[in-house]
Amino acid sequence: MRLGLARWCELIRTKTSTQATVRMNFHLRMSLVIVFSIFMLLGCNPQPESQGGIILDLWALGSEGERVRALLPAFEQQNPGVRVRVQQIPWSAAHEKLLTAYVGGTLPDVFQLGNTWLAEFVTLGALLPLDAVLPQAAQADIFPGVLAAHRLQGHLYALPWYVDTRLLFYRADALQQAGVAQAPQTWSAWVDTLRRLRAHSGHAPLVLPFSEWQTLIALGLQQQAALLREDGRYADFSHPAFRDAFRFYIQLFREGLAEVGGEQRIGNLYQAFAEGRVLMLVSGPWNLGEFERRLPPAVQASWATAPLPAPDGAPFPGRSVAGGASLAINAHTPHAQAAQALLAYLAEPDVQLAFYRATGDLPVRMSAWTLGDLRQSPRIDAFWQQLQHAQGVPQVAEWERIASALMRHAERAARGLVSEEQALADINQEADRILSKRRWMLEQQKP
Amino acid sequence: MKSAAFWFLAPALGLIALFFLLPIAAAFLLSLTDFDIYAIGDPAALRWVGWENYRQVFEHPLFWTALGNTFYFVLIGGPLSVGLSLGAALLLNHRLTCCKTLLRTVYFLPVVSTLVAVAVVWRALYSPDAGLLNQLLGAFGIQPIDWLGDPRFAMPAIILMAAWKNFGFNMIIFITGLQAIPERLYEAARLDGAGSWAQFRFVTLPQLAPTFLFVALMTMIGYLQLFAEPYVMTQGGPANATLSLVMLMYQEGFRWWNMGFAAALAFVLFAIILAAALLQLSLQRKGGV
Repeated sequence: MRLGLARWCELIRTKTSTQATVRMNFHLRMSLVIVFSIFMLLGCNPQPESQGGIILDLWALGSEGERVRALLPAFEQQNPGVRVRVQQIPWSAAHEKLLTAYVGGTLPDVFQLGNTWLAEFVTLGALLPLDAVLPQAAQADIFPGVLAAHRLQGHLYALPWYVDTRLLFYRADALQQAGVAQAPQTWSAWVDTLRRLRAHSGHAPLVLPFSEWQTLIALGLQQQAALLREDGRYADFSHPAFRDAFRFYIQLFREGLAEVGGEQRIGNLYQAFAEGRVLMLVSGPWNLGEFERRLPPAVQASWATAPLPAPDGAPFPGRSVAGGASLAINAHTPHAQAAQALLAYLAEPDVQLAFYRATGDLPVRMSAWTLGDLRQSPRIDAFWQQLQHAQGVPQVAEWERIASALMRHAERAARGLVSEEQALADINQEADRILSKRRWMLEQQKP
Repeated sequence: MKSAAFWFLAPALGLIALFFLLPIAAAFLLSLTDFDIYAIGDPAALRWVGWENYRQVFEHPLFWTALGNTFYFVLIGGPLSVGLSLGAALLLNHRLTCCKTLLRTVYFLPVVSTLVAVAVVWRALYSPDAGLLNQLLGAFGIQPIDWLGDPRFAMPAIILMAAWKNFGFNMIIFITGLQAIPERLYEAARLDGAGSWAQFRFVTLPQLAPTFLFVALMTMIGYLQLFAEPYVMTQGGPANATLSLVMLMYQEGFRWWNMGFAAALAFVLFAIILAAALLQLSLQRKGGV
């Protein structure tokens, strides 16, 4: 189909260029013009100018797909003969789209993916191992927890593109008015702060949406919970370590420090935060930019970020989830070398910094932070501190599904429909069921 | 002669076989396997599981929730929607009603408008703080209700919106049914001294019965396949209060890529719809239609 299209383009191009010499009758010419414009509409791409050139297809998600274009001319200059064609895909459809593209054999050479999907695509055999793309020194320059989340079965299967981790966003003025001097550093201080905020404001100060599993999982990681056991064969949510985290999380709702379904009730988060109806949330780096853009000037001076509190007796800051987006190479690309060059280029510190300036996405290379003096801003510095204590989630293809089941049961517990013990037992049972195929696959692989 | 008929029918039959029968057969085969993300990567990971998926459907933690929600929607939303349609049709068919064409268009408008656009507007109506609905209720001294965030109210909210969105279509069908009732029957009834209620009860309703059967059946079949409304309004939440069977099927199939299980669920849904349709037909036949 694609080949056929390319041939047509070729044909039309030669026909139109020899128009002057060949006398065509009016109808033929008109119909060629029409056909040509239809193909223009269908996206008949111009051929690369250099003969024998390579076109790299890159699928990037969300606004990154738009902004990355500005970085590419420099890469194309460094690599004559290579052109990058960017296709922008919305985040909401990305996972389905990538899977369908894999099934249909139409994955692009390079694509962006959420780093929790990595295990899934490695299972499919869709990714090229990337151990040699970056030298050791450059790999050591990436936040260790973030890089570790990209290593499966001893191989690096994707390069982190930008980092994401969750920490506290809060109204510093409200904390002050409630008589709290600084952001909480332990769980008990956190609860104490929230109680004071509630007493002062008269409503639940914290927003914890059940659609975001990262907060609960971060609390579990802080208790050193493994989440899964026996190489991901079984769930481990009834382990005492995770149980403590789960109790703490549910307690926030039971005490009215966070409201069940609060995110729906408040409507627009930014408006609610500006009006003081929300005083604290656990969120990621994208909100650095959003808060600056969407909060009114009067509130701009009074919001702050802080790393997550740690369990009492554990060192501050507490761990958080190492998230973010990665770039991977299609295992079946004919242009592996050029694709690797593109990934290496996008991981260069100055390119990472330029990407941060364009998007607000935090760089994965620590030297890019120094280069751009990012730590000057206390709000961004909190992320730096948190990223030193970020950890990936278990690398199994079923992770998103397990996490979604986990949050479903957490919501039931928070609403008081089931006891915490029962919820944990239910989660374990359901996750074990989800993992049954994985257990069978691992059995098969045994010699 | 025979072969000529065959060749005339062949294109249509071919298309039906290719795009209808073949996919159904493929889906049925799929439902007997554990086709999932592993099987995409490596066909050797595909296992023939027989009826296991069907057994698991009934053990799925969300199946009964989804089934209950779907029935809730059909049993409350269906009669509400049909009743609204009938009421609107009677009003529009009344000889004293003015601007009939305009009103008919206005009532039909929700049917043809895009659901996503409608959902945006209804989300605003349902907004707990600033929504029009809560302000109206507030005028009667009723506390604001978190329509889409509270599991108790989310399904009623979806039902209300779906009834509003869909009643126009059935209304048009009812109007045609009403117009087909000969005027002489009413004249005869009036001569016998029937009041307006008696006319409605003994002339309109029995005459409308075939229309009624059609409308009720189509509404039930359509409502059992509830998907788009919760998909755009609540994503099945809060606490799965608006998760329908088709929502569950979509989640299992396209979110988690559990194609085998989702296919089995599709056939279970088909069986439910078939059973419900047969039940309704037999009930209405017994009712003397």
